[in-house]
Amino acid sequence: MKIPEELRFAASHEWATEPSDGIVTVGITDFAQDQLGDVVFVELPDVGRTLAAGEAAAVVESVKTASDIYAPLAGEVVEVNGALLEAPEAINTDAYGEGWLFRLRVADADAWDGMLDPDAYAAVAEEG
Amino acid sequence: MPYVPHTDDDVRRALAAIGVDGVDDLFVDVPAEILDPPLDLPAPMDEVTLLAHLDGLAALDQQAVPTFLGGGVRRHFIPTVTPRLAMQGEFVTAYTPYQAEVAQGVLQSTFEFQTMMSELTGLPIANASMYDGASAVAEAALLAVRQTRRETVAVSRAVHPETREVLQTYLWPLDIDIEVVDLEPSLTTPVPAVGDHVAALIVQDPNHLGYLEDMPAMAAAAHAAGALLIAVVDPLALAVLREPGSYGADVAVGDGQVLGVPMQYGGPAFGFMVVTDALLRQLPGRLVGQTNDADGRRAFVLTLQAREQHIRRSKAKSNICSNHQLAALLATVNMAALGPAGLREMAEGTVRRAHQLAAALRSAGADVAPNERFFAEFVLRTRAEGVTLRRRLAKRGVRAGVPVPEEYGIGSGVTLAATELTTDADIEALLAALHDVGELGVVGTEVVA
Amino acid sequence: MAELLGEEALRAHPPRLPEVSELDLVRHYTQLAHRQFSIDGNFYPLGSCTMKYNPKLHEDAADRFLDLHPYQDPDHAQGILALLHGLQSDLATITGMDAISLQPAAGAHGELTGILMIRAFHEANGEGAQRRVVICPDGAHGTNPATASMAGYDVVEVPTGPDGEVDIDAFEAALGPDTAAVMLTNPNTLGIFERRILRMSEAAHAVGAQLYYDGANLNAIVGRARPGDMGFDVVHLNLHKTFTTPHGGGGPGTGPVGVKAHLAPYLPVPLVAREGDRYVLDGHRPRSIGRMRSFYGNVGNLVRAYAYIRTLGAEGLRRVSSMAVLNANYLRTKMKDAGFTIAFDRINMHEFVAQPPAGLRTLDIAKALLDHGVHPMTVYFPLIVKEAMMVEPTETESLETLDAYATVLAEVLERAEADPAYLADAPRHTPVRRLDETTAARKPVLRFGFAAD
Repeated sequence: MKIPEELRFAASHEWATEPSDGIVTVGITDFAQDQLGDVVFVELPDVGRTLAAGEAAAVVESVKTASDIYAPLAGEVVEVNGALLEAPEAINTDAYGEGWLFRLRVADADAWDGMLDPDAYAAVAEEG
Repeated sequence: MPYVPHTDDDVRRALAAIGVDGVDDLFVDVPAEILDPPLDLPAPMDEVTLLAHLDGLAALDQQAVPTFLGGGVRRHFIPTVTPRLAMQGEFVTAYTPYQAEVAQGVLQSTFEFQTMMSELTGLPIANASMYDGASAVAEAALLAVRQTRRETVAVSRAVHPETREVLQTYLWPLDIDIEVVDLEPSLTTPVPAVGDHVAALIVQDPNHLGYLEDMPAMAAAAHAAGALLIAVVDPLALAVLREPGSYGADVAVGDGQVLGVPMQYGGPAFGFMVVTDALLRQLPGRLVGQTNDADGRRAFVLTLQAREQHIRRSKAKSNICSNHQLAALLATVNMAALGPAGLREMAEGTVRRAHQLAAALRSAGADVAPNERFFAEFVLRTRAEGVTLRRRLAKRGVRAGVPVPEEYGIGSGVTLAATELTTDADIEALLAALHDVGELGVVGTEVVA
Repeated sequence: MAELLGEEALRAHPPRLPEVSELDLVRHYTQLAHRQFSIDGNFYPLGSCTMKYNPKLHEDAADRFLDLHPYQDPDHAQGILALLHGLQSDLATITGMDAISLQPAAGAHGELTGILMIRAFHEANGEGAQRRVVICPDGAHGTNPATASMAGYDVVEVPTGPDGEVDIDAFEAALGPDTAAVMLTNPNTLGIFERRILRMSEAAHAVGAQLYYDGANLNAIVGRARPGDMGFDVVHLNLHKTFTTPHGGGGPGTGPVGVKAHLAPYLPVPLVAREGDRYVLDGHRPRSIGRMRSFYGNVGNLVRAYAYIRTLGAEGLRRVSSMAVLNANYLRTKMKDAGFTIAFDRINMHEFVAQPPAGLRTLDIAKALLDHGVHPMTVYFPLIVKEAMMVEPTETESLETLDAYATVLAEVLERAEADPAYLADAPRHTPVRRLDETTAARKPVLRFGFAAD
């Protein structure tokens, strides 16, 4: 189970990059994509939408299930990964790279430090 | 005891294996005060008695007489081979095809159904059927609301009144408004000015009174406002009439009874919904898709299930769980049995007989509404009130006349329908009955309201 | 045609439907039937579905009522109206409710009808705005929360306790002045009877909520206990489960609803009523929620259900639930002996939940069963048990059939232990093998594509 050191995590299995100019990139973890199985469709939020921390932002669908994806931090959606509409399998093959879901301009850059670090997330994933 | 195979020995053996003394020990969790209340039900009947009882009931119903009833259900020819094939035990007693490897019969025939409905309507994506036309219209309205995020739908008054009632019931809890477009004296719908708060314009063609609507103009009006056009269509009529895909409809819905399902006092038949590619993700109901199996063989499977209630639960597109599979299968087999030529023949026969009937009535001095652009059904204005007339005709051995509701403002009247099965003798019988009750020779002798 | 309808109204190109000889047609659909499991052909112990024998007699019964038009003069439809009225009455008796609508076309449709009636009731009492929530157990069938959403409600889930029944403390804590309804099944989706049902219904009524009964599991208690006596205000029945109307490969179902008197004004129109010595369609019900569908109901299947109830009578229905529960508990002990874990190893009712031995997946076992000509049990439902296998044999199966199933299951486990690939490669002997569901969803092909397109 890959858990990159430079990211922070939510207990609901989302990851976020360190804020850069107030922007974070968000996706779901390797553990999450493995649980879901082959991803067949992704519903992404509208650009410009404001999200609260923990608010349902996107939906990732596999053959047997559909999972809500929650915004790990509060912010405004500034970009979404449109390539996923044609090739949702990127979430399975490259969850931390090509499988990114959307980018947020975060309200509070310090909140990122409050997310789970890789060890803390590893513990969550093990229980899951 | 019918259908339960257990002998006393079986029961003893089972109880011993389970480790209890009596069957009632298995019901210990049920509070004693509610267990085994007396049930006042009629005494059981054996097969002979039951069938005699049902024969007695059936004898009180008028069947197999000249019939001129429409209003969404009609008696059409169904070749014998259709029910024989569709009602094979494997199709009747199968479950939903969740284990696809042993359900290719149901899955492939559903794929065929989806294909045929797509061909008839000219739109690419059909679901595996719904309960009926009316609830399909309601679900289509909900789809349009989800897609456009607008909160109003516009519907022609010439959409079947019961369909509009169902629409009302489904939309009320979600605070979606309904605007009704009133008719012109020709008993058709004027092209409305569609506001940009409207999610969809819903028009039925042929409409409830039987008349053809200007569907291309309706599509243009809807699209100009960024709304969807939901076309409520008669699938048999589509064998000759222009198909929704040709005039830009976004959704085609309707009832499939006329495609090969017996009338059965109104059900079960099935509803259908066919949509454009853009609306695939919003489509409620089951979908069968084509794929390959582990050996590379073409096969069929339920797909895109994540839209549905068993996965999405409170966020599903609809709560719909089942489809009307067996009724849709009757239509599938029937359409394959008739083929495009047979279906067209049936539709053209219907048109000719309906127009022949209208002409015969006019010649006999009945007050037939002047609009001549109708498919199977048209309006007859009457002296007697519709419900009364229908009863009088039934007493004279003819089933005729769906009463026209007051909301259409034509005074008393009925719609009369004919199909390819209508004979000259049937028409004579209707004329004789109408004459008998004083409905002929009306025109020119009295002002009709 | 152009003369009668106008050229612009006509279709330019005919629909591309099959054009085959009658013999080819017969072969095609006969061969498709041969590639289809069914109750007629195979043991089909799907939990929650009640796959009991569909009597052929019922087809003969239905055949007597085919050529009836819903709009024919009701005075000339007194036979079918009498039948429907009789069925309304029978179902009211069986459920312990005061009034029945035969209109809904399916269980989920009945659920929506019931929840809308509850909503109308609260609005009539001036509490519509206040009551925004419907409570469901976490084991509820997906239609329950989906229905609540369609009716404009928010859904609150309450957990199931370790004993397999709703956690009573969580349940009582969740109830409040914002609760519109509680949706329950009893026995619940684990096949376990909610022993505290009388306490639960009292608690719900005490906060002014209404109780909804999902009738999917009625086969466990039909003829022996009634949801009306448990305190339920609305009930829906699945005639295609308990009352053996055919499943048809996925439908049509039929989902009549029953209500207590205080909700009767909200029933959909029309009802079949008696006026003097005539049966009538009663459409004058000013507080009705309206119509849920066109015409009166899935009459063809209503006739079949009527035939079933009139064949069995009260004693026959009691025997149905007694033997359904007997069979389920018998099979439970046999499956345990064969090496499966029983999720709640106690007396269950008409169905029970099992789990495979550690390391084996329910999905794979299900696929292996197909090679033995038996249908698997329901898999991965309810969601609250991992690797769930839900088994419901029904009362129409003999002990010999159940013994044979247990033997097959034991054999599957044995072979799986000896050869891990055995399960992964299953099924091998079915008309097609495991399907690529991923591609089917990623690149949907939902109709036949003509080369010309």
